[in-house]
Amino acid sequence: MEFLRFGVVVFPGSNCDHDCFYVLNNVLKQDVKYIWHKEIEVRDVDCIVLPGGFSYGDYLRTGAIARFSPIMQGVIDFANKGGLVIGICNGFQILLEAGLLPGAMLRNKNVHFICKHVHIKLLNKNTPFTNLYKKDEVLKIPIAHNEGNYYIDEKGLKTLKENNQIVFQYCANPNGAADNIAGIINKEGNVLGMMPHPERSSEKELGSQDGLFIFKSIVEWVK
Amino acid sequence: MITSETYRSLGLTDKEYQKILSLLKREPTVTELAMFAAEWSEHCGYVSSRNLLKILPKTGKYKTLIGEDSGGIFVDDIAIIFKMESHNHPSQVEPKQGAATGVGGIIRDIFTAGARPIASLNSLRFGSLSEPYNKYLLQGVVDGIQFYGNCLGVPTIGGEIYFDESYNGNCLVNAMSIGIAKKNELAKACAFGEGNSIMYVGASTGRDGIGGCSVLASHEFSEGDAKRPTVQIGDPFMEKCLIEATLEILSTGYVLGIKDMGAAGLTCAVSEMASDGESGIDMELCNIPLREKHMEPWEIMVSESQARMLVCVKAGKEKAIKNIFSKWDLNAVTIGKVIKDKMVRIWDNGKILVEVKADILTKAPIYDMPYKKPEYMKKINNLDIDVVHEPSDYNIVLLNLLKSPSIASKEWVYEQYDHMIQLNTVVLPGSDAAVIRLKGTNKAIAATTDCNSRYCYLNPYRGAQIAVAEAARNLVCSGAEPASVTDCLNFGNPKKPDRYWQFKNCVQGITDACEFFDVSVASGNVSFYNENPAGAVYPTPAIGMIGIIDDINKVCTQYFKNEDDLIILLGISLEELGGSEYLKLVHELVRGDAPELDLKMERAVQLTTLEAIRDGLVNSAHDLSEGGLAVGLAECCMSNKEKLIGAVVDNLNFDIRTDALLFGESQSRIILSCAEKSLNQIKKIAKKHKTSLQVIGSTGGNRFIVSNNDNKLIDLSLEKLQDTWSNALRRDIDSSN
Repeated sequence: MEFLRFGVVVFPGSNCDHDCFYVLNNVLKQDVKYIWHKEIEVRDVDCIVLPGGFSYGDYLRTGAIARFSPIMQGVIDFANKGGLVIGICNGFQILLEAGLLPGAMLRNKNVHFICKHVHIKLLNKNTPFTNLYKKDEVLKIPIAHNEGNYYIDEKGLKTLKENNQIVFQYCANPNGAADNIAGIINKEGNVLGMMPHPERSSEKELGSQDGLFIFKSIVEWVK
Repeated sequence: MITSETYRSLGLTDKEYQKILSLLKREPTVTELAMFAAEWSEHCGYVSSRNLLKILPKTGKYKTLIGEDSGGIFVDDIAIIFKMESHNHPSQVEPKQGAATGVGGIIRDIFTAGARPIASLNSLRFGSLSEPYNKYLLQGVVDGIQFYGNCLGVPTIGGEIYFDESYNGNCLVNAMSIGIAKKNELAKACAFGEGNSIMYVGASTGRDGIGGCSVLASHEFSEGDAKRPTVQIGDPFMEKCLIEATLEILSTGYVLGIKDMGAAGLTCAVSEMASDGESGIDMELCNIPLREKHMEPWEIMVSESQARMLVCVKAGKEKAIKNIFSKWDLNAVTIGKVIKDKMVRIWDNGKILVEVKADILTKAPIYDMPYKKPEYMKKINNLDIDVVHEPSDYNIVLLNLLKSPSIASKEWVYEQYDHMIQLNTVVLPGSDAAVIRLKGTNKAIAATTDCNSRYCYLNPYRGAQIAVAEAARNLVCSGAEPASVTDCLNFGNPKKPDRYWQFKNCVQGITDACEFFDVSVASGNVSFYNENPAGAVYPTPAIGMIGIIDDINKVCTQYFKNEDDLIILLGISLEELGGSEYLKLVHELVRGDAPELDLKMERAVQLTTLEAIRDGLVNSAHDLSEGGLAVGLAECCMSNKEKLIGAVVDNLNFDIRTDALLFGESQSRIILSCAEKSLNQIKKIAKKHKTSLQVIGSTGGNRFIVSNNDNKLIDLSLEKLQDTWSNALRRDIDSSN
């Protein structure tokens, strides 16, 4: 296989779809296509990206409407068959609402939108999304969200820890997230959700390339 | 029957009504009257300002495009479209929605020109934060900007915020947007070609925003109609879909013209598209998608519901347009067609409502307003510096200045804005100018907004020149060549001669400064009637300026980079305190004249800086503004949170008063830092441009020290400085809220 085929889902209100497309296509030189939310099936892709944004305006709970979009059944089927899915920011929120990942997202503790570079620590490098990082590596990646305060009950948190499902933790908690969680993976290891935006830290000109290795890891894994 | 009470309550004068009668040769219908009132209002018709605005330069060193609703410049085959617009009164009434719809409105002006919006900036003014309502306004406005811009996915990359009692009761919210398009992708805002279709696209029409541009909301035509707030409600999700759908239809080649329904809604769109296309439009109201039942025709015609556009489509291609909009779940209906005679003809279920020549509607009367220099100028310009006592502790003065909300870090604000989306922001907020790259090229755009309105109050002409000069200086410090301006002119009641005198002088100041720097004024906006019971707000001609960086690898930021670099001061410090933040804060005086401005010296300082940056000789460049040298140096030390770098400044000329040297706001000064080995080359460049250059100290350590011989005037730890400056605004807002 020469190129990996990425599919970036576009919900109305997605706004990081172009950015993800750009990084995968122009920076990483992979094969990328948009998948319109009204489609019902995912075909001919190796990895689905649920991008950031405000799907359907997110006037209700974030991601709560997007999970009912026709494409989500296709995404769930794809994931259940072991396909790789990465949800970034709003994409992570949608994965939670769709039940592909455990937990829920609350408003940031300071009740403000927060956009800034943060440092996150890698906890699990044995995933399709993180295999190219060094163990315990600290990454500089921006966040940009209103609702990044990850919540999970104690039992759920224990399960996450036991299964090594916590992939990223904030070095300094910006939003009140339980256990400093910035990103988690499902038990099967093929669905990742993360609040920080790796596509925003994929080029030197933008101040960090730490995020690029998430996409590179995916390519490496599938190859 | 139209009574004098009716037309007056709509904001039309007796004379204007007589003019309408003589133009129509009959009495207007209610709908026609509402349309005239909207089109001839100050907001749409620029009736009091148009005569003066003519003098603003339309050309400059970059090829300039003056469009119908926005303007821009060309850089190679890319058009950079930009404009700034006010949303002051709505924001004062309902800060979140007022600011949000301000952002939404200006962004629509950009994408209806065919350009994808790539960045937003703003220029905000509030009264003193000691008033709880002003805190509420600040929080609401910031919330509105973040709510709208973040959801839309357009990064808010920069701006300015000042606080002054003059804005109590009348805040200013000026929103600026920048977009880019390929030269051949630009769209026009006109309707032409007999038989082509007029389509209404986007959101449905409701009663929101009725009379936003005139005084309609204070009057009802038919009894029983509930009055609605005149502030529009923003729906960024709808607008996001509208952006994508609009750019998609523009790429089909079937769209001949497109216009946003902004101020005066459908009235403005129909009459101006017809008038600008030198044609007429015949349309039927009953097909317009409505959100509310039983709307009167005149309400439909002047409603300012958000996220709607009027499109002129090639006959036969309506279906293609409709398909794109239904993909985004948006309305697109054909409501009329282009006609040969230059009339606006509007029907309601087959009954004729409006039949007016398009030109008559759009050619609002133009007035020459009387102006007079206010008596108080003599008093406020008089400052006897000898009675201003020099402070005993400069550390305390510096910390108090850094705490002043106009100078304090705006991190609390810009962290709430998504300033990184679209992957272009090369220099993040917090430096002199924000920089965004132009993907696919080696170039970048720098952008800034600027205006010190206290200077404009003390000296409108020079204050406005300084606003232009400082905006240019900010851009130069990022490595950009100043290219073009959008101005948002916020003033008091134009009918009052002293206010109009301020306006006239500011416009002249902008004109002269822009001509001097050879930058065009590509777009702009005027907002009058910014008054509170105590009088007009300070004259505030906000300048939005963009500059071009030819090599993205030669971008510069304001903060010190290395230990043991030399610190250079370009320009001359005069003994002047007039209009300074120091004089206001420490001595509670708003007095004196605005700082001196020698445009030639300004240009010399800018050329020196730009050449030194392009030659890769400097590590940082920061312009001096509010708070003067001491504040500027402190900012160089601490504005990169990840790496604070101290400074020892021990080679200043103390031939003027110490407070003037440290906190005076002399113009045309820039602080550079460089490696010792680069000094000689920078000196050569300065000499070539006849710029005054002085090495005043060096970087390093963990303190900021300014000394005169062995006497340490300022000696503070970086932690103390940083904490004071970065957290001041947050603390002000959190205190006793």
